[in-house]
Amino acid sequence: MASLIETNACDGLLPISVGRAEMAECTAERITSVAPFKGRTRALGTGLKALGLGWPAPGTSQTSKAGSILWTGADQAFLIGADPAGLGASAALTDQSDGWARMRLAGPDAEKVLARLVALDLRTAACPVGEVRRSGLNHMPMVLWRSGEDAFEIFVFRSMAATAVHEMAAAMRAVAARDRFD
Amino acid sequence: MRINCPLCGTRDRREFTYYGASVYADRPAESAGPEAWDDYLHLRDNPAGETTDLWYHELGCAAWIEVTRNTVTHEISGTRLLTAPEKGGAK
Repeated sequence: MASLIETNACDGLLPISVGRAEMAECTAERITSVAPFKGRTRALGTGLKALGLGWPAPGTSQTSKAGSILWTGADQAFLIGADPAGLGASAALTDQSDGWARMRLAGPDAEKVLARLVALDLRTAACPVGEVRRSGLNHMPMVLWRSGEDAFEIFVFRSMAATAVHEMAAAMRAVAARDRFD
Repeated sequence: MRINCPLCGTRDRREFTYYGASVYADRPAESAGPEAWDDYLHLRDNPAGETTDLWYHELGCAAWIEVTRNTVTHEISGTRLLTAPEKGGAK
């Protein structure tokens, strides 16, 4: 077997810090796509309850000691950090751990930076802490998770990591430049 | 133009892909005659007024949505999920 090199999606790209925003790669965690089988939602709910979680309503997430579950689309959620072994009979499980570049954008300007690339209202009144949005980071499919007042986790396909970092860095520089005149 | 996704809320049109008249979702039975299949594949109404389309929320939740719109006024009067979702679909 070839000698494989283990690297994270954003190796050599992050962290970056510009003005009042910084972006870093999140610690690698297990990510499992959970798609309930027809008529098995009750069983899935029981399985998730054992992890201290439940099925998330659209646009929401839940967090427990075991991990987090994020709504990520129609009939789909991402289980993060937790072991999905107990859910196999009630949902289609797909390991996505290496498929996504997961970044954390934080700082007082985080909202302003995202406003340049995401066509959504991300003020806390419209997108409270803990909520999830599926949308585009410019043209890239994205999962956006508001993890704090001034912090967002951004998931893009791993193959798009360099583009995502490039565009985010440009947005961060532009916002920092504007800040100098405020 | 903005479309109200039943799962995500009102989103920009650029997040969606258009797929044509909603009758495309009503596939005839395998045993249906050639006339039914011809109708299904090729014949479409072209109303001046209310019509229903299929849209795919590609850059969002990946749901198929039936959009009711008016070809005269361009008003969108309603949207609904094409598939009845499992729990976690409808809010």
